[in-house]
Amino acid sequence: MMSRQASGPALQIEHLSVSFETPRGEVHALRDISFDIAAGEVFGVAGESGSGKSTLAYAIMRDLAPNARVLGGSIHFAGEDVLRLVPDALRRIRGRRIAMVYQDPKSALNPSMRVGQQIAEVLEIHAMASRAGAAARALELLALVNIPDPLAVAHAYPHQLSGGMQQRLVIAMALAGDPGLLIMDEPTTGLDVTTQARILELVTGLRHDVGAAILYISHDLAVIAQVSDRVGILYAGEMVETAPATQLFRRPAHPYTRGLLDALPDIDLTRAFRPIGGRFPDLMDLPDGCVFAPRCDFVEDACTRAQPAMATVGLTHVARCRRWETVIATPPMPQARRSAPPLLEVTPPVARVDNLTKHYEEPGALMRWLGLARPPVHAIDDVTFAVHGGEVLALVGESGCGKTTLGRLLLRLLPPTSGTVSIRRRQSGAEIADDAEFRRVVRIVFQNPDSSLNPTKRVAAILERPLAIQGVSRPARRARVRELLEAVRLDVGYLHRLPRALSGGERQRVAIARAFATGPELVVLDEPLSALDVSSQASVVDLLTELRHRLDATYVFISHDLSLVRHLAHRIGVMYLGRLVEVGTVDEVFRPPYHPYTRALLSSIPVPDPSARAATVRLEGAVPSARLPPSGCRFHTRCPSKLGRVCEEVQPPLQRADGTHWLACHIPLENLRRERPVRPAGGTPQHVAP
Amino acid sequence: MTARILANPPLAIGTLILGCVLALTLLAPLVAPYGVAEQSIPDRLQRPGGKHLLGTDQYGRDLLTRTLFGGRTALLLGLGAVALGLLFGVPIGLASGYAGGRTDEVIMRVVDALLSFPALLMALMIITALGASTLHALLAIGVANAPGIARIVRSQTLAVKHEEFVLAACAQGESHAYIMFGEILPNLLPPIVIEASIRVGFAILASASLSFLGLGVQPPTADWGLMIREARQYIFLSSWPLLCPGLALALTIVGFNLLGDGVRDRLTGRV
Repeated sequence: MMSRQASGPALQIEHLSVSFETPRGEVHALRDISFDIAAGEVFGVAGESGSGKSTLAYAIMRDLAPNARVLGGSIHFAGEDVLRLVPDALRRIRGRRIAMVYQDPKSALNPSMRVGQQIAEVLEIHAMASRAGAAARALELLALVNIPDPLAVAHAYPHQLSGGMQQRLVIAMALAGDPGLLIMDEPTTGLDVTTQARILELVTGLRHDVGAAILYISHDLAVIAQVSDRVGILYAGEMVETAPATQLFRRPAHPYTRGLLDALPDIDLTRAFRPIGGRFPDLMDLPDGCVFAPRCDFVEDACTRAQPAMATVGLTHVARCRRWETVIATPPMPQARRSAPPLLEVTPPVARVDNLTKHYEEPGALMRWLGLARPPVHAIDDVTFAVHGGEVLALVGESGCGKTTLGRLLLRLLPPTSGTVSIRRRQSGAEIADDAEFRRVVRIVFQNPDSSLNPTKRVAAILERPLAIQGVSRPARRARVRELLEAVRLDVGYLHRLPRALSGGERQRVAIARAFATGPELVVLDEPLSALDVSSQASVVDLLTELRHRLDATYVFISHDLSLVRHLAHRIGVMYLGRLVEVGTVDEVFRPPYHPYTRALLSSIPVPDPSARAATVRLEGAVPSARLPPSGCRFHTRCPSKLGRVCEEVQPPLQRADGTHWLACHIPLENLRRERPVRPAGGTPQHVAP
Repeated sequence: MTARILANPPLAIGTLILGCVLALTLLAPLVAPYGVAEQSIPDRLQRPGGKHLLGTDQYGRDLLTRTLFGGRTALLLGLGAVALGLLFGVPIGLASGYAGGRTDEVIMRVVDALLSFPALLMALMIITALGASTLHALLAIGVANAPGIARIVRSQTLAVKHEEFVLAACAQGESHAYIMFGEILPNLLPPIVIEASIRVGFAILASASLSFLGLGVQPPTADWGLMIREARQYIFLSSWPLLCPGLALALTIVGFNLLGDGVRDRLTGRV
């Protein structure tokens, strides 16, 4: 496709250090980073937020913020030091020889320009094609990123396309200049799992088709494992380990890499699931010695005295740890608490949802009367289920499936269009009608603590408020708030802090404490972990499990992450486009018979194991609009095992597969039963049992 | 600290000017060389120098003294009118934005109607109805300010009310009044402070205009607008009675505008 240097890496970074000057001091964002990427190789960079992943990407693009200073080192691309290029030379390289794909495709595309034009523009700017040639090449590029019907897409505006398609376009634009290096900064983070699986597949394919060196940045080790040939682990601005992907995931030599792997929820329940203790270091005031020492399980005195050198673990495997031999020799953490099977006896329901429907109507009576209003959004359609006392029911599905709306309907935050929600007291079985009692007994934890905590209120005020509403006296409130902080394992010193002075995980703990302040019986957890860093997810899961046992509460856990669900839930309800397509215990849902959608979801989940690549079930197309949901089975437009007309015309009812397992599909159950399991039969969930 | 002040010159200069204006006007009874109503007919229309630092007006009153005392009226009217505007505008805007739907529609159409009158014209109508006095000028300018403030507060409310903490408050059974004033309002303070600090300057100007037209502060009270009105007839004999209040007025308004700009830059994180 293009001439390339025969030998030598496409990108070579040596001893790169970058810091930011801020009014409060110097932030040491990157320190002594060295690695290289060969042409046709995917190098994955993983790390928590604040580890310097994006700074690294921007440094290579020479696009750092004005207050950044490169303290030393070099970035060689195709034999030239990017850091020394004059502006003209830099302009020729940027966007053409080095291209970047950002996290949010929506902001990377020009909303007022047709897609084909945008790609052609890149070609014209870099004088790589005439006007006519550019249009033809744009179509080729669209085909290269597996866009079906490139001609139609080229004439569309970005907002007319789904998120996955938009991200493909951004990738196509990046490929327009036939780049020698492609930097991808969290390209799948905002996307659904099934879409993510397809983008990952595309990236892996590109490596063969295009031959560019790819720098793939992600916070998600499982995603990194799916695409990378080699991996670098970044922690607090230092590359603590670099290794071939197979090596890194089999034999992690740095305690931080091990910690990150243990902190990932394991969908097959074979590994431990535990948080990395301690706090991320302050990049203005770094610890002496090893940066990871304060959080390390393997720490010894020497670690805190001097910074460890890069140790050679294998031929292409290095780790910045003086104890790497011990780390490798220590067997992996066994699965923590194996315990009895979950919830044997079925308790009476505390929440019943019957034929619940929620349509969002367009405002404006006049428009409706004139027949000009668009059809309503079918957020929830005819959903029926029960939540039993003391259980954790997970509602899973991709964005737009209606799970959040369902949570809000349970909380009576929205009026249903039709159908009923009834909540009963666990002990007496009496239905709750009184509003104050309802607000005390039924609580919610929202997804993002940045927005669910009022930024102008201190922790003490936030936690006292629900008690004040319930008429608790002031001294009693004070005492209870301290108890709550202790229960969520936060220091009493946090009482007078504003939310912005807490880390993401700590903020979510405050939000959890607020939900539990009134001693609730039913708690709706709306994606409570998805805004948190990997390292703190496990500890919040532990906390939620502990609180549930202590209060004997019932959870409705809303999530898109099936791995987490497997750790936390007793039963799962799978939703697609406003309908419940499958309900059953965790074991029932994770083994055949599967609803075809569940099977696609399960096989799309990336696992941190490079040998387990490639999704077995691929979903074509995008989720249809909830304004005009497909007739019959709503999944028929994307279903890989669609039968025919019956799927398009008749809505399949939920039918019983086994004891507590129900699914809604026209395919005969015996056929579904014969399918191979998507995931190996795993261990026992560690968190659910009493 | 010095670096932070220097990083935002409008804020620094605005604060400096207003600090001086405030100190001088507050301390007017102590600083002023003469009584505010002290006349001396033989010394009328004197030029600066000698017994009177800035000269005298047509009744032989000391211009420095009159200007200092006039500042009190100006600040009182300006701050008072904006406070009054906030008192009406904030709850209206907050309620309108929070309620949304038809309520919002109705309130905002009324506000739009009020906004379509020039503020001064509206103040004039109110004065015409109530009669000319200092209190009525304050009321008129305050009421004329309310619709603009209501609009700003409403648009900010719309942005804040979709934050999850508002939903969280609903979910724990908070009353609408608490959600509006306890949860949303604290988050609106930065834009309200910015808006108010810019409006004070305009309110002072409006009050001076009313006095100039004879519809605001009445003689013999010292007021810059009134001083300009009275000095107008003697402009060919001496320009000092006109210049003193005019410059004081200009300086104060520049001070408030700089302060407003500076506060905006600080609170929106631009500096």
